[in-house]
Amino acid sequence: MLDVQLGEVLAGGPEGADEALDLVAGFDDALTLGLARVGEDAAAALSALAGALAASPIGDRVSEAADKVATGSIAGEHLAALAGGRAALCGAVHDALLGRLDTALGRPRTPWNPAPGAPRPDRPLGGQAASGDPRDGQEARSGDSPGGQEAGSGDGVPVQVPGHLLDGCRMWLRELAIVGWRGVDHDLAGAADQAIEALLAVPELRGLAVLLDGLAAELRASSPVATMDRLPARRWADLWTRGLLLAQRGPWHGGAEPVSGRLLILGADVHEHATVVRAQVHGVLEPTRGGQARLVRTSVAAAKVDTIVGPAVWRLMGAHPVLLGALAGHRSLEITDMPLLPGGDLVWHDDRAAAGEPADPFTTARVALPGVSAPAVPPLDRHPVRIAEPVLLEGYSVVDGSLDLSPAGGGHALPLGLDRLPRGGPLTPELVAASSACIGLMRWDGRWVLQPLAVQATVKKKPVAAHNGDWAMGPTDPKVVKAEAKAGDVVAVLRERAGRLLRK
Amino acid sequence: MNADETAWERRSVVPVVPPVAPRKLAKVPFVELADGRLQGVVSSGSDIERVYVSSITAGTHALSCSTNNNRPCGALHGHACKHIRMLADEAVVQYGLDRVARYLRVEVPAGDSLMSCIHGQPERTPAAVVFSRFLRHLAYLEVADSTDPLAELHWFPSTAPYKEVAR
Repeated sequence: MLDVQLGEVLAGGPEGADEALDLVAGFDDALTLGLARVGEDAAAALSALAGALAASPIGDRVSEAADKVATGSIAGEHLAALAGGRAALCGAVHDALLGRLDTALGRPRTPWNPAPGAPRPDRPLGGQAASGDPRDGQEARSGDSPGGQEAGSGDGVPVQVPGHLLDGCRMWLRELAIVGWRGVDHDLAGAADQAIEALLAVPELRGLAVLLDGLAAELRASSPVATMDRLPARRWADLWTRGLLLAQRGPWHGGAEPVSGRLLILGADVHEHATVVRAQVHGVLEPTRGGQARLVRTSVAAAKVDTIVGPAVWRLMGAHPVLLGALAGHRSLEITDMPLLPGGDLVWHDDRAAAGEPADPFTTARVALPGVSAPAVPPLDRHPVRIAEPVLLEGYSVVDGSLDLSPAGGGHALPLGLDRLPRGGPLTPELVAASSACIGLMRWDGRWVLQPLAVQATVKKKPVAAHNGDWAMGPTDPKVVKAEAKAGDVVAVLRERAGRLLRK
Repeated sequence: MNADETAWERRSVVPVVPPVAPRKLAKVPFVELADGRLQGVVSSGSDIERVYVSSITAGTHALSCSTNNNRPCGALHGHACKHIRMLADEAVVQYGLDRVARYLRVEVPAGDSLMSCIHGQPERTPAAVVFSRFLRHLAYLEVADSTDPLAELHWFPSTAPYKEVAR
């Protein structure tokens, strides 16, 4: 990316984005205080949210929901409609931001065109794709049969989701909405524990499980929430919204097509909370049957506990040695008939991949990245937080935690997301500050930020490269190896305890 | 509320739960601040099949220690047994002294240890609840991997405390 491109990205917020996010903030304030007693401000915020969506296909339902909730009738269908409305607004902001980034980068993006039989149709919202579809609440209720509900699996095959599990989640989320974040105490924060435990046993519902587990842990750590000075209103409302949408009838991804070809790795983005760790690998797929190279993501998530942190987390993903080996060894991957979802997610199957030739991610970023086509984003996944577009930056200077891309300095400043460097990799803020080239993800959270995935730097007059996934097969830094050895193998200790105590 | 706080409240990704520090798990596999207690599980030094469930109650600082089969720890009279001391030491490693002291509502003068400021009396608390929480904790290790897209994890980036990444 060049300074002039960065200038295009950073030039003010997209038109209407601030107004849309103000409406979201109004809803978030209402959720903070709780819907049990909707005051004047909250009622106005709900009706403003509905007003903004009036011309959209979900307008009537959101408007009805806003009226009902303001008068104290808080039915599940009304909450689903409001969640859908909020998601649609966030989706519109996502579209505007991503559109601007794509334009600046000159990156073509496949339009959303769901395959026949895919779980959800796209719906227009004022010329843009709607991200929320509360009608699904209706369908979910009418489908409340003991037989369960249909959802998308990773392989794109519809699966039956046990409906009663989703009922429990919706009840908890409704209770949270009624009392508001300010009314959450230890009991309510922990009230979903059993539901979450049951969700974890259903592979198709893992997304909802990790989301609710993360939210519950934050609420527990913050309880009683009434005593907090400030609370993460946007964040919790985001999680509540996505949780409620997922709890209608399970996840919505589906419509996978099998792909074969060469996968060139750009880097690994690591996600983590107390009980999950996930490595999401960004790469360029060159299909065997020819055609334009495609930007894809593929990921492995493993359940964990809070005391497993740092380089040890990679051991939990050890069942995928081909992927981790390519990540650590900087190799390409040859994949055969791997399911690719319409959103650009390759559903990883380690047995359908083989290690290929050595491939330096920086070469991939310089040679292959400029010509890629980016995937469509599934409508219900559209939220600014999901924007994670790989870019290559070179010849910059680092000043006060920001990159300056202009050769002479004094250009546009792109803040670095140094708080996102994983503990299980070799990247450090010092190394990023000393770097001259960086593969990173463009992210947006109130402002654009670059999250580094890999850097090339000069340390003690020698060129060095460091990638987030370098320790996927174990740390390579002798100091870290020593520290790990001293601490002992925490995963092995817990597995031994589990083996001895769990089945008694 | 100032502009910085408004901006913070309007961010999707902010750290809410402080990350815990790595520690050895061999002797004390489980520590938590929950149910109004610092509680956890301590492996027996002599019998590999046995564990102790130990706790210190917030506020009253009442001490409790028994085996997972609810047999009281023979070493807990008047003052803390070694299981409770080990639990407290490991909790301080995992969460930091400030967070543990705040949770237990105890003032620890600079330079003092946590246990030197805990003067509670032994009190029986049911071991079963803590032990079942420990089993639930261990059960996470048995949950299968997932290669689904899990877009929700974009709200949970890996977070590195600055002082720890500066190796």
